[in-house]
Amino acid sequence: MLRYIGKRLLISIVTMFVILSLLFLLLEFMPGSPFNDEKLNEQQKELLYEKYGLNKPIHERFFIYTTNILKGDFGVSYTIEKNAPVSRMLETRMPISIRLGLQALVFGSLIGVVLASIAAVYKNSKWDTMTTIFAVIGISIPSYVFALGLSYFLGYKLTLAGYPIFPMTYNLYRPIQSSILPTVALSMFVIATVARFMRTELVEVLGSDYIMLAEAKGLTAKKVIFRHSIRNALIPVVTVLGPLTVGLMTGSLVIERIFGIPGIGDLLVTAISVNDFNVVIAISFFYSLFYIIMALFIDVIYGVIDPRIRVDKGGE
Amino acid sequence: MEKIIEVKNLHVSFKTHNGTVKAIRGVDFDLYKGETLAIVGESGSGKSVTTKVLMGILAKNGIIDEGEVLYNGKDLTKLSKKEMVAIRGKEIAMIFQDPMTSLNPTMTIGYQISESLIEHQDLDKKTARLKAIELIELVGIIEPEKRYRQYPHQLSGGMRQRIVIAIALACNPKILIADEPTTALDVTIQAQILELIKELQIKIGLSIIFITHDLGVVANVADRIAVMYAGKIVEYGDSAEVFYEPKHPYTWGLLASVPDMDDQDNELYSIHGAPPNLLYPPKGDAFSARSEYALNIDLEEQPPFFKISDTHYAATWLLHEDAPKIEMPQSLLKRIEEMKKGALNHGK
Amino acid sequence: MNQLDQKYDKKSFERILNNEDFQTDVVYKGISFWKDVNLRFRQNKGAVVGIIFILIIAFFAFLGPSMTTHTYRSKVDDHINLPARIQGIEKLGIFNGESNGINVYEVRGLDDVYYWFGTDTLGRDLWTRVWVGTRVSLYIAFLAVIIDMFIGMGYGLVSGYIGGRLDTFMQRIIEVLSGIPNLVIVTLFVIVLNPGIISISLALVITGWIGMSRVVRSQVLKLKELDFILASKTLGAKTSTLLVVDLLPNIFGQVIIMSMFSIPSAIFYESFLAFIGLGLQPPLASLGVLINDGYKSILVYPHIIVSPIIVLAILMVSFNLVADGMRDALDPKMKQQ
Repeated sequence: MLRYIGKRLLISIVTMFVILSLLFLLLEFMPGSPFNDEKLNEQQKELLYEKYGLNKPIHERFFIYTTNILKGDFGVSYTIEKNAPVSRMLETRMPISIRLGLQALVFGSLIGVVLASIAAVYKNSKWDTMTTIFAVIGISIPSYVFALGLSYFLGYKLTLAGYPIFPMTYNLYRPIQSSILPTVALSMFVIATVARFMRTELVEVLGSDYIMLAEAKGLTAKKVIFRHSIRNALIPVVTVLGPLTVGLMTGSLVIERIFGIPGIGDLLVTAISVNDFNVVIAISFFYSLFYIIMALFIDVIYGVIDPRIRVDKGGE
Repeated sequence: MEKIIEVKNLHVSFKTHNGTVKAIRGVDFDLYKGETLAIVGESGSGKSVTTKVLMGILAKNGIIDEGEVLYNGKDLTKLSKKEMVAIRGKEIAMIFQDPMTSLNPTMTIGYQISESLIEHQDLDKKTARLKAIELIELVGIIEPEKRYRQYPHQLSGGMRQRIVIAIALACNPKILIADEPTTALDVTIQAQILELIKELQIKIGLSIIFITHDLGVVANVADRIAVMYAGKIVEYGDSAEVFYEPKHPYTWGLLASVPDMDDQDNELYSIHGAPPNLLYPPKGDAFSARSEYALNIDLEEQPPFFKISDTHYAATWLLHEDAPKIEMPQSLLKRIEEMKKGALNHGK
Repeated sequence: MNQLDQKYDKKSFERILNNEDFQTDVVYKGISFWKDVNLRFRQNKGAVVGIIFILIIAFFAFLGPSMTTHTYRSKVDDHINLPARIQGIEKLGIFNGESNGINVYEVRGLDDVYYWFGTDTLGRDLWTRVWVGTRVSLYIAFLAVIIDMFIGMGYGLVSGYIGGRLDTFMQRIIEVLSGIPNLVIVTLFVIVLNPGIISISLALVITGWIGMSRVVRSQVLKLKELDFILASKTLGAKTSTLLVVDLLPNIFGQVIIMSMFSIPSAIFYESFLAFIGLGLQPPLASLGVLINDGYKSILVYPHIIVSPIIVLAILMVSFNLVADGMRDALDPKMKQQ
């Protein structure tokens, strides 16, 4: 197990290194990047050269750049908020995005598990059909379409005494109500994915020999389903958390934009369109870091909760 | 002897995409207290379905069309789910074919045994633990406390089957249904498990229904044998009767296809063809299509049971007084003679 | 269990001898694998509906724009923000050019002008723009399949078949690549190459094939050990023969399933990038671009966003349904019973 974690850790570090190199190459060679911006005056250039060691050989520059990033220094924004440190821009936005993502993940997983359980236990019933249809729609239709629909029909059209019940755009003073619609829009994908995956798992578990034995023991149906089946079907569901994280990150870009949420997804979109390199790099870095940590976490947690892997897994 | 279970005229069918499969087409048998009844047949003959009816764990698409299963005067097929839960595990326990898949892989052995103790005997956790460890020891596993904490995948197949037996015995059941309990195991382990079951039967006084397709296994454990084919029992009787004086051509085929260690020269016998598709059950004798002794009437009408002795019956038209006198094939006769001798030599 | 005392005809008890039927094994008529797949696929209602919708959408994507006199770039200043109006159907009270109870066409004196999906804020015909935009989605779908088939399958075949050090090395590369979120790769491409169809295509090329290569590799590893491959090998088959004749047909099912599932996700990426302004740039049209356009005026002219959203939704659902149907038909074991 330890060896396995060690191996995974090593791969994660290599991946992070590759990502850092890509980001560095982008800075080095892209025209219009802060390193070769023609509009800078001599004094600014001096400062940059000083800070990033631009007159030093390339491997040293890479080293300096990496150290800076690891220290959390991503330089300053060039266009969005002139000369504001990128780290400070992220400081306020990151928690908003993370909260939204977590809300959608938790809410979506819960609903997904409930739907899947009903569908699998009452296989081929109308609940099952409805869940299947819902899952296909949830997986197929992009979250921004849901977001547009929700913001138009619930955010704009649905009013109480002329006052919208769910604000269409993010209202800093009503954070809870403001986050309901975006959470729902973002979680559709989560619900659908979890429901679909878990249903398949649960159907398989319910048909397995050990469930037959549990029944033969004379356990009540409730105990067979909750204690023996759902628990076991939940374990592999952990593996979809990876793709879900990517889905949530991707979804947050549009959803934050549609609902005017001041998070990092929205910031990334803006930064790309105005070529604010430092911001793009910082956010890309965090997305990658988050994803890699998530993947590592899933692998390890999977090993911990599944006794078959916990004991056996040592290498490949 | 006292009857503990009476199965009367049981009919079970399964609704599938292609139509209704008549899996059991009128099965009658009794189980006496303390005996071991073996139900023998090919896969698909309906032997496993029969036991699932007894346990009340028939798949959702299975329907009991007709018949009753009497246990202590109660018809098990008519009990509510709640009443059935109280009987299952506590009065009638079951062990399954494949020990590799019949234990929950994410729970410790100990938990899976004590779970049933807590469920049926209202024991607290501590007592249940002690009892569970006792049971692990009872089924012949050393270091029971260590095994108690382990997960199924850490145990060998034979050990897992012992655990499954321990789970089945947890609540002192009166009846044990063993569904091919040794099929998935190595030959040496098979013998050990059979030995264990026999031993426990004497110790606890269980009545056992032993399901198998392997007559060789049955020889050692069964008091009585029922041979099933295509959803019906075709011959039943005392172990010795079915073994030494089989009357049904299907039983002949089964006996002939048991591999013989002493007879190296002959080819292994196999019954031609495959069992009929029970989506379209045959009108007459289901075995006639594979039998070289088929009669015209076999195509028209299903044979009734013909009495051979007070305990021995067979359903084949060959036993009708008008039928041509047909004896079992010579080669089989020879084998049976040898078997008898062998049994004598083993002091049985 | 009682003996019947019925009397039977003597003849009933004659043996049926020398009848071939009773001596031979029953052989059931086999159905070929692909016939079976075809049958299973057709029984899947969702998949059949999906196929029909995809065909309809493809039909309009190719021929739709030439069905009207409007072209996809022409802006008519008098014709801005017109709701949908279709000849004939307008009499039924729908698609009659009305918005909030006012017939916008009549108010503007455009009596014999028809825009089937209406027009946008610049007076461009949405019908032609939607179908031209759909072409982009279909192109992406096609591209995704090609990439999966060639790069993904090739990589997986080589890695799995040759095995050894090369396999380990190639798998490490995959592990590293798959550790980078797609979003970041796409972002970098967009920055380097500027938004457009080329950067999207390249991003797909880089990221799209990984899943496929994994599936192919594991299939190859599994098949490689099977007896029929070993038999072929011992009989002296060439590597190329082995790959093409023995291996490919057996992994083809999995390959089709995987590539079918890559289609909707590719279409999604394109429309998503276009929607946030990083994909195709206006005046070029793709469904994402049109949805983005419509979104800008959703509160005032909601009709602009309706048609591209509906087409996108139907296209995505249909491709998913077909992919599901393919999986269930090709690999019944994977079917969610």
